[in-house]
Amino acid sequence: MKKIRTIIGKEWAEVFKNRLVLFSVIFLPLMLTILPLATIWGMSRFPASASSSVSTEEIEFFGDLCVGLTENECVMVYTLSLYTLLFMILPVMIPVTIAAYSIVGEKATRSLEPLLATPITDIELLTGKAIAAIVPAILATWLAYFVYAIGAVIMLGAELALAYVFAPVWVLAIFVVGPLMTFLSVSIAIMVSARVTDPRVAEQLSGLVVLPIILLLVGQSVGWVVVSRDMIYLIGVIVLILDVVLGFITVKSFQRETILTQWK
Amino acid sequence: MIDTENLSKQFGSHTAVDRLTLHIGEGEVFGFLGPNGAGKTTTVRMLTCLIGPTQGRATVMGYEVGKDSQSIRRHVGLLTETPGMYDRLSALKNLTIYAELYEVPDVPGQVEKYLRLLGLWERRQDAAGTFSKGMKQKLAIARALLHEPKILFLDEPTAGLDPEAAKLVRDFILEVKAQGRTIFLTTHNLDEADRLCDRVAVFNQRLRVIDTPQGLRQEMYGRQVVFHLADTAVPYQPTLQNLPYINRLEAIDNKLVVALDDPETHNPELIRLLVSAGANIQFVGELRHSLEDIYLRLVNES
Repeated sequence: MKKIRTIIGKEWAEVFKNRLVLFSVIFLPLMLTILPLATIWGMSRFPASASSSVSTEEIEFFGDLCVGLTENECVMVYTLSLYTLLFMILPVMIPVTIAAYSIVGEKATRSLEPLLATPITDIELLTGKAIAAIVPAILATWLAYFVYAIGAVIMLGAELALAYVFAPVWVLAIFVVGPLMTFLSVSIAIMVSARVTDPRVAEQLSGLVVLPIILLLVGQSVGWVVVSRDMIYLIGVIVLILDVVLGFITVKSFQRETILTQWK
Repeated sequence: MIDTENLSKQFGSHTAVDRLTLHIGEGEVFGFLGPNGAGKTTTVRMLTCLIGPTQGRATVMGYEVGKDSQSIRRHVGLLTETPGMYDRLSALKNLTIYAELYEVPDVPGQVEKYLRLLGLWERRQDAAGTFSKGMKQKLAIARALLHEPKILFLDEPTAGLDPEAAKLVRDFILEVKAQGRTIFLTTHNLDEADRLCDRVAVFNQRLRVIDTPQGLRQEMYGRQVVFHLADTAVPYQPTLQNLPYINRLEAIDNKLVVALDDPETHNPELIRLLVSAGANIQFVGELRHSLEDIYLRLVNES
């Protein structure tokens, strides 16, 4: 346990002195917090133009969503639901940057060999590196979501914001499915990171994990799917299974020899 | 302390290390010499349990490579070819991390001890990335010693260092040697190996030769004495030609090079004979071949 703590401390001390990593950890949550709030603020300031830009078909499609709401409120709630989905991208994207650097970054700076020569087990090393990537991602997501929720309360009013921003489906998505997805993306990032020689390649390959969320986002924005509680349950179960499988594969496929001898 | 028996490593069809058998005793400084790509680093990696052998076996401090990897890692120190420090972190933080990973009982005390010993205490808060190559290498040596290992593997410890930094590192290796630790040193610097090592092995995928530097000289060239004369040496060659204890005789310009087994006994007679033959001897010395001569001859032969 002590060695895991040491690895976590080392990762944080090192990674957060890397401006590129720090930028991606701060920039993305910041943007995803500011963007929806600015949009809602704009809509509430210019209600007429905002409502006129939404088609009748969309209003009809999101009828359930908009029961009891004015047209303008419906547009804002619809926009909110789109943006809330964006918060599921954060726990996938943030750890990818950190985790991608964790193995391949050490390869690049040649610090991995002395580290692997210490009496640390593969499990301790991988757990330390995974936690170091997972915790900031989850905290940054939750913090961004919290700020976004407060902003929504201020701009939409407590009743509307609590009903839609803090709807059980989103609480489940952000606080349960989000961390599960973080673990998934970290497993993949570490696996990829152990097999490539350039941190950017590791980051780009691992970043592909975000694709299903983007598809979901696009699907919802064009009206193909509506993110429901059942859908979130289903995603949660699938991701949980993938977590177990990929976590196992990551540990089993972490071969010190391969990592060291395939350095080029 | 280190025993290998037919230790081999293959990468696909390429044999990096072929049936290496050697024994290294406690407190010995063992030089492992060979050209680039000879398999020196692969051997070090096998003995430090970073990679596994494909054939043969090895024990380090009685622990078997491949079976007792954690115990071996706990008891050996490794200085890798490149320092591999965390450049963004301070020297103090770098060593603290490793002291914790090696489960050193008094982490701050031990870190301070080695930072002071290597003259880095004043710069302990500076990022390792701001250090010169020599300072980074010293920091890496400190890292390898933090847990007081009985065996130290040094992979090219002075490679790329300026002469002053290289000397500092060499002096420190001598200090470590004086503490009775076993040192496995791979190097290209043959003069360094000659000065530091009790025994050396010339290795190029397989073991070519293993002996003390002096033993290798003796084995390959025998003992040789040079008589520097005032005039050309050729006329005096017949004077010594038929002496039974002379193994080889050569006249080069104004020098007579005589190979013989026991110069201490026979030199006075040789001097007498040359003087009576009219030779003006300027001075007499023993010809000492460098380890480089031996190394190059062995590597070229292989």
